Amino acid sequence: MELEVAKTLGMALAVGLGVIGPGIGIGLIVAKALEAIGRNPEASGKIQATMFIGIAFTEALAIFALVISFIVKFV
Amino acid sequence: MANTIHIALAPEVLTKIGGFPITNTMVTSFVVMILLIAVSFFVGRNMKLIPGKIQTLFETIFGGVIDYMEETLESRKLAVRFFPLIMTLFLFIFTANLLEFTPGIGSIGIISHGDVGQSSEFIPLFRSVNTDLNVTLALAIISFLAIEFTGVLVIGFLKYVGKFVNFKSMLGFLIGIIELFSEVARLISFSFRLFGNIFAGEVLILVIMFFVPVILPVPLMVFELFVGFMQAAIFSLLTLFFVKIAVTEPH
Repeated sequence: MELEVAKTLGMALAVGLGVIGPGIGIGLIVAKALEAIGRNPEASGKIQATMFIGIAFTEALAIFALVISFIVKFV
Repeated sequence: MANTIHIALAPEVLTKIGGFPITNTMVTSFVVMILLIAVSFFVGRNMKLIPGKIQTLFETIFGGVIDYMEETLESRKLAVRFFPLIMTLFLFIFTANLLEFTPGIGSIGIISHGDVGQSSEFIPLFRSVNTDLNVTLALAIISFLAIEFTGVLVIGFLKYVGKFVNFKSMLGFLIGIIELFSEVARLISFSFRLFGNIFAGEVLILVIMFFVPVILPVPLMVFELFVGFMQAAIFSLLTLFFVKIAVTEPH
């Protein structure tokens, strides 16, 4: 297999597999946040703020996978 | 393909001044700085007791942020001391991300003739500031040092180091090592989160403009502006929260 083909394949696999985990994670975070807002609508401001922070943390893992894929392809 | 999308991971060096390379992201960051300084100069020049519209806007934003900081840090003194750092981080990153889609960024450039044998390539004169890993790493190092110094200054050197190097029990020792590692991993996490989000956004817009340049990029650009705002807010918020963690006594 030539190098360019291997690089493209590596990039695709890195992102494809790497985003599965954070995807499920963010879904869980938002689901629990919505449940909590449903149970206690008055605290929705605090819950929303904390939800965004949790999303930022898990999204960072997906971004790590994306950056590694860029490095594989372009460096 | 005849013309492929040119994606550059590293920022391009424009010139060297006295051996110090000037990259296009550095030029853009100077533009951001001049913009922020000019706005603050003009807004702060005639401050009245009964404020006009722009002053009210800034007062609302600043008041809201410092109240939230006081609520998180549980100390007005600490909130006032940290407000400049947190607000500056937020304003710098937010302005830099807002500037990303201004016409001129990425399109005005010079054509450099490379070394003998290489084809000439187009080097943009301005490039969005946070697409440079050096910038985000520098901001992450600033946050890291601020957090560490605050921890040492507020609860004392021995207590702060005692959080990480803990000989009281085996479990405490292991937890200390893990905490130490997570402190350093925070550097990588901060810089890569900001860099990855903004860089991936730019690549997305590049790819879309390659295929469908007409109407489709616009909603994606709006989304990228929202992402830019969120990343700026998250960077400052996380710095704030880690300062709070650093100044709490170990239990």
